[in-house]
Amino acid sequence: MFYRESGQFKSSYAADSAILTIAQDRLFIAALLALAFVVLPGLGSDYLLSGILIPFLILSLAALGLNILTGYAGQLSLGSAAFMAVGAFATYNFMLRMPGMPLLLAIFLGGLMAALVGVAFGLPSLRIKGFYLAVATLAAQFFIEWVFTKFGWFTNYSSSGVISAPPMQVFGIAIDTPASKYLLTLSIVALMALAAKNMARASIGRAWMAIRDMDVAAEVIGIPMLRTKLLAFAISSFYCGVAGALYAFVLLGTVDAQAFDLHRSFQVLFMIIVGGVGSILGSFLGAAFIVLLPICLNLLGQAFHDTISTQFLANLEMMLFGGLIIFFLIVEPHGLARLWQIAKEKLRVWPFPH
Amino acid sequence: MNKTAVAVSLALLTVAGVAQAADQFIPIPSYRVGAYASGGAKFYGGMIDYLNYVNMKEGGVGGVKLTYEECETEYKNDRGVECYERLKAKNGGASAFNFMSTGITYATMDRAEKDKIPLMTMGFGRADAQDGRAFKYVFPLITSYWSQATAKVQFLGQRVGGMQNLKGKKIVNLYHGSAYGKETIPVLDAMAKKYGFELQHVEVPAPGTEQQSQWLEIRRARPDFVLLRSWGVMTPAALKSAQKVGFPRENIVANWWGGSEEDAIAAGDAAKGYIAGSFALDGRQFPVIQNIEKTVYGAGKGNLSDKGFIGTVNYNRGVVSGILMVEAIRAAQKKYGAKTLNGDQIRWGMENLNIDAKRQQELGVTDMFPQVKTSCQNHEGSGYTRFMQWDGKDWKPVSGWIKADTGVTLPLIKASVDKYSQEKSMKLRDCAAEK
Amino acid sequence: MEWQFFLEVLVGGLLAGVMYSLVALGFVLIYKASGVFNFAQGAMVLFAALSFVSIQAMGVPFWLALLLTLALMVLLGVGIERVVLRPLVNQPPITLFMATIGLSFFLEGLAQMVWGTDVHGLELGIADEPFDVGGVFISKFDLFAAAVGGTLVAALALFFSKTKLGRALRAVADDHQAAMSVGIPLKHIWAIVWGVAGFVALVAGLLWGSRLGVQFALTLVVLKALPVLILGGFTSVPGAIIGGLIIGAGEKLAEVYLGPFVGGGIENWFPYMLALLFLLVRPEGLFGEKHIERV
Repeated sequence: MFYRESGQFKSSYAADSAILTIAQDRLFIAALLALAFVVLPGLGSDYLLSGILIPFLILSLAALGLNILTGYAGQLSLGSAAFMAVGAFATYNFMLRMPGMPLLLAIFLGGLMAALVGVAFGLPSLRIKGFYLAVATLAAQFFIEWVFTKFGWFTNYSSSGVISAPPMQVFGIAIDTPASKYLLTLSIVALMALAAKNMARASIGRAWMAIRDMDVAAEVIGIPMLRTKLLAFAISSFYCGVAGALYAFVLLGTVDAQAFDLHRSFQVLFMIIVGGVGSILGSFLGAAFIVLLPICLNLLGQAFHDTISTQFLANLEMMLFGGLIIFFLIVEPHGLARLWQIAKEKLRVWPFPH
Repeated sequence: MNKTAVAVSLALLTVAGVAQAADQFIPIPSYRVGAYASGGAKFYGGMIDYLNYVNMKEGGVGGVKLTYEECETEYKNDRGVECYERLKAKNGGASAFNFMSTGITYATMDRAEKDKIPLMTMGFGRADAQDGRAFKYVFPLITSYWSQATAKVQFLGQRVGGMQNLKGKKIVNLYHGSAYGKETIPVLDAMAKKYGFELQHVEVPAPGTEQQSQWLEIRRARPDFVLLRSWGVMTPAALKSAQKVGFPRENIVANWWGGSEEDAIAAGDAAKGYIAGSFALDGRQFPVIQNIEKTVYGAGKGNLSDKGFIGTVNYNRGVVSGILMVEAIRAAQKKYGAKTLNGDQIRWGMENLNIDAKRQQELGVTDMFPQVKTSCQNHEGSGYTRFMQWDGKDWKPVSGWIKADTGVTLPLIKASVDKYSQEKSMKLRDCAAEK
Repeated sequence: MEWQFFLEVLVGGLLAGVMYSLVALGFVLIYKASGVFNFAQGAMVLFAALSFVSIQAMGVPFWLALLLTLALMVLLGVGIERVVLRPLVNQPPITLFMATIGLSFFLEGLAQMVWGTDVHGLELGIADEPFDVGGVFISKFDLFAAAVGGTLVAALALFFSKTKLGRALRAVADDHQAAMSVGIPLKHIWAIVWGVAGFVALVAGLLWGSRLGVQFALTLVVLKALPVLILGGFTSVPGAIIGGLIIGAGEKLAEVYLGPFVGGGIENWFPYMLALLFLLVRPEGLFGEKHIERV
């Protein structure tokens, strides 16, 4: 009834290639952005902003990066956290060794470093595929973690092997409150999500998908394998690198290399599988599921802590989390993004499905 | 998106929880699932039991009832940050956090500074944080990693009949391949220079399940002692590998992360004779432990599911953590009055702890942990470590309380603090002006 | 003396490799029979070992406890097939992979909920003591583990290549639908494979558990099995053992002889680099099945 596209005509090519072709979608996104940019920073509590939303956004960005590589280009990777680490440590060193460098530029350069490293570790993908490649990217994960722990230079010889973020400002505005940190993160994530959406729709995105669906066939129709695959690695690592820099600087402030261990890589992978492989929206839905669900379960569990032992509850939460992953996969094997799409289809014909 | 909505409403609901006027809120960021649950359950069990004990025995501190709430961190940094944010403003504001995790402590250090909530990093965390001028809200109470490292070397000195006899001895530092593991290398190097022993650093890649090549190297090097800087599963794996190459366990000395029942039991017979440092002794002989058992467990309000774990190392550490927390509240109340205090006021209390022999007697903790006297600059307050030997069933003390070699640690702390304050472009506190 | 040391490192590495193979075997079994990379293998190792020591702690004798745990693992396998895999037949491998991730959370929670979080020691009655062969020390325990590993591999390799059931398993791995259409009972097959994988997890759990103690960290031994798996190929039982030997010996020799040049502690990433080098030459692993691609 409300979600219907009849009567909406496209009269120009620009309108036809818009991201949101339906007026209701445009309205929904506008409302969502208004909520995210205006309402939440004003009304959200510290806990909501810096305990939930900032980590959610940052991990969404990492998931987005992995989704470009895995979802669109079809190259399974278990090294996302390592590329996040490169972004974080590179940003730190740019700011430390070139005093006066603006924060945004340092984060951008950190992302570029991650992209470079990503390309280096992407080279084997030209020969190796599937789970073999996934485990091969583990080489990147362990090697990079080792380098940052082993060589003191990267942490400025900090005795405890951690990097500490200096005071931050963007265009002269100090980034020191939860609201300002949240807005900075949100702006970066929104921009990069838009860029990702457009890349996915452009020729490069189509080339990636061709390679994903069948690389031999893609090569036959003239898609340059080397360039396309490595570009996927570079862009994906750039996204992860920026996410890592935000994680270290905006979210935590002080961080050691172990914050980017294998578990983080797996966590990011879980997000895209649960959310939807090859979907921008899915990256966000998946991050929400993986980040927020355990917290919700823990909050719910707290309600019973007088009657049931916390030990039991904590384990029950973990079991429920695992169970829910399986449940959602059985309900919709293609991820939450697909569920969302189905819901929209249903809404189109509601309330008269025939 | 609807998931977010649920979380939002849940979050808003919980944060708007009712603040009770006359309560002092203590957050319990526990870990009861995952790899470290065996230690976490006992540690936080001990801490909660002590808080309940104070409530039941004295009706709280100065008439202000202690309340607490748990939040599961799973020993993960991001979950820890979430717990910190969830609990920091609850019920009149958090008193102080003790995460029992170096990673989570780093992840919350900046926030705590801003929110003016102290972090208790009893025995762990950043070693240089004992300098309260740079780390106003971080408290590595009793003993920092660096203090323990110097104590370990001094303990070896006692074993060979005096520090002068260490000259020419060979010692291997077997460390966990992480920031945590590497942290004591500079201190040990300085000790080696000071006492003229030969020191070799050998890294075990994290998590340390496999140590064959490292122990073969150790056997080839034929050291007199091995200093173990281990964590989690690395401890039993090291002991088993030592047995395999025939290295005597009596010559292995670990820091306190390797010194609980869990670490030794996992290695079975191979652990017999092995030595580890400690800042809180185990056992039920202390009056405070007996009183908790009588009062709290007698009323059926104990937190442990199995009473048999009362008096284990991790449980007693938790009790000590509770004691230090409560004593800090007590100290702060003396200055600010018996009412609900905020984090900054508790910080003052933690900076003015004075648990001397007399107070220890009153608390029933004599010899359970060393005397603690903190100040604006000294956030450690003690620096003593005691060494225990595993006899196959129990930890038995094999040394007195050994004081840290401050001649070695203080210059290192100063250098590290200078670098930190420069990176953060911050000014050190002037402790003389605050008196 | 130097060559003796070299030999010791080499032999120690080979024997450690067998321990890795034991864990890798569980992966191979399930991958072979369902094309799934079973993320929950580590959780199964933990669950098996924890169940065994907990049952034993109730005063049940060793062999009975072993049997009971085995029954439990088979039951678990059947349960997994019913609840998790059957609704996901014909789904892409990545979905099945994710399902096993959910499973690993579930199993870890279950294991600690039912049996508690405490650390247990485990003694199999084989002392982990050195044993002198012409100046080279070899651990008795490692030899025992190697014998167990070798026997398992031989039995499983025979099972897959010689029995009807084994061949049916391989057909299932190639294509669920095609296998079902030629009359292979998919559900029985999967239940059996998960049961056998549970048995392998139990063996790995006992051997690793007696070395590290039975505790949550047992799930971490999986990390050591992954390079073995890529090197040997996901689908090859003998590959798991050969891969284990190469990785074990390779990483120990590298740590001792290359490590000092870069500061040591390279054992974590070296095996992956080694495996990567092998893969560049043979992209399907040493013994993996070759796929011919057609457009």
